[in-house]
Amino acid sequence: MQTIIYEVESKVAYIKLNRPEKLNAFTQQVNKEITMAVKAASRDEAVRAIVITGEGRAFCSGEDLSGVTDEMDHGEVLRKRYTPMLLEIDRCEKPIIAAVNGVAAGAGMSLALAADFRIASEKASFIEAFIHVGLVPDAGNLYHLTRMVGHAKAMELAVFGEKLTAHKAKEIGIVNEVYHAAEWEESVTAYAERLANMPTKAIGLIKRNLKASWNNSYEDFLERDAQAQRIAGQTKDHSEGVAAFLEKRKASFSGS
Amino acid sequence: MSKSYETIETTLRGKVGHIELNRPKVLNALNRKMVSEILSAMEEYDRDENVKVIILSGKGRVFAAGADIDEMMNASAIDLEKLNQFTDWDRITWIKKPVIGAIHGLALGGAFELALCCDMLFASEHAEFGFPEVNLGIMPGAGGTQRLTKLVGKAKAMEWIMSGNRITATEAQQHGVINRVFAEEVLFEETLKFASKIAEQAPLAVRLIKESVLKAVDYSLYEGMQFERKNFYLLFASQDQKEGMRAFKEKRNPDFKGR
Repeated sequence: MQTIIYEVESKVAYIKLNRPEKLNAFTQQVNKEITMAVKAASRDEAVRAIVITGEGRAFCSGEDLSGVTDEMDHGEVLRKRYTPMLLEIDRCEKPIIAAVNGVAAGAGMSLALAADFRIASEKASFIEAFIHVGLVPDAGNLYHLTRMVGHAKAMELAVFGEKLTAHKAKEIGIVNEVYHAAEWEESVTAYAERLANMPTKAIGLIKRNLKASWNNSYEDFLERDAQAQRIAGQTKDHSEGVAAFLEKRKASFSGS
Repeated sequence: MSKSYETIETTLRGKVGHIELNRPKVLNALNRKMVSEILSAMEEYDRDENVKVIILSGKGRVFAAGADIDEMMNASAIDLEKLNQFTDWDRITWIKKPVIGAIHGLALGGAFELALCCDMLFASEHAEFGFPEVNLGIMPGAGGTQRLTKLVGKAKAMEWIMSGNRITATEAQQHGVINRVFAEEVLFEETLKFASKIAEQAPLAVRLIKESVLKAVDYSLYEGMQFERKNFYLLFASQDQKEGMRAFKEKRNPDFKGR
């Protein structure tokens, strides 16, 4: 890995974008390495939560504009670089947390939106920067944004492209928690480790069904409920949860 | 089941004969031996009175990733003509009992063709299908261009077979290639539930339904209608028809014997 740092600690995989001098901007290599890291974390049975964050003062400033040329086919850049990365994230059944340490602009914001949870440092901000260079929010951005904040607000954010503070982002439902900069690292670790000790399979099934809720009929969705609960009902974590409840003790979930 | 096989595993589950492709280390790549063993197992189940329905699935990560390339890499046209390996494939489609495929992971190339030999397909939601033969400078040879076209029509068949692109389960379902989609974890269980229900239907009716539906693919409508009619009449020679109609009148569950 040249552009990211990948570490696993206490059941959490940390994917840290590591080009601080470039505000962690995307290049082909970055897309590729995030894709590989998410795949590795998905496959690693010891991993039960994934954190994506940035080194330095930015989370990710979006596509590296120094690589943009007149001849560039923007559609192909998305198809070849971003789509595989986003589909790998989408396929992952473990909880993914975007720990937004600083600015998340353009495709950097898209990356944050593709995660399951967004926690932000009070120094963080979100910017739909695309419009300022005459482009459209891409890399799944609008797909996730409208589902989080509704059509009207998504339109406003995407069209005006104004900077959104961490607190404002929490207020409109993009961000789950905002933490003080001084307690940032511990807060991220605590949030991720809390998720990593929960019933992982059930979280995966919740992810699956929440996503499916957008493009299924009610009747089909009820069938998905049945399938998901059949699967969850056979996990060790379900037995453990029930046993712990009956024995009035705290459950210890193994993720299987 | 008496026989033991090298490339597949067979298990009788109630009235359902289950055949699993069992070369998971090579993603169940189909070789001639495997096809011949699938055929033997199917023919044995077809003759076995205790078996009413057959399920075909793959062990490991995928249903099957395709045909064994090493086996045909250096073959000449004349070798292949003399070998006449596709006769086994023809015979798979002559099985009289319903064959249901439970497809997870991948069904590519020859494996997709094998899936298309099934009467019904259930798939996991992330299953992918496709004919990548074109990427190797060849084309499907075990019915791909014919069976897929009959299922989805000329335009889609051309697109899929010429591009070699993967087809998602959703797309395959939209085009009528697969019947139902399930979460991978419950795919086999749900397929078995469905198969077990079909296994309780009057066996002769099921048998002649299969035969008649398959004729609709091959025959003109006129010939198909004549064929259906003969099969319909033929069922009136069965004890199950008497039993079925009597049970209906008497408001009780029928007890079908397959005679």
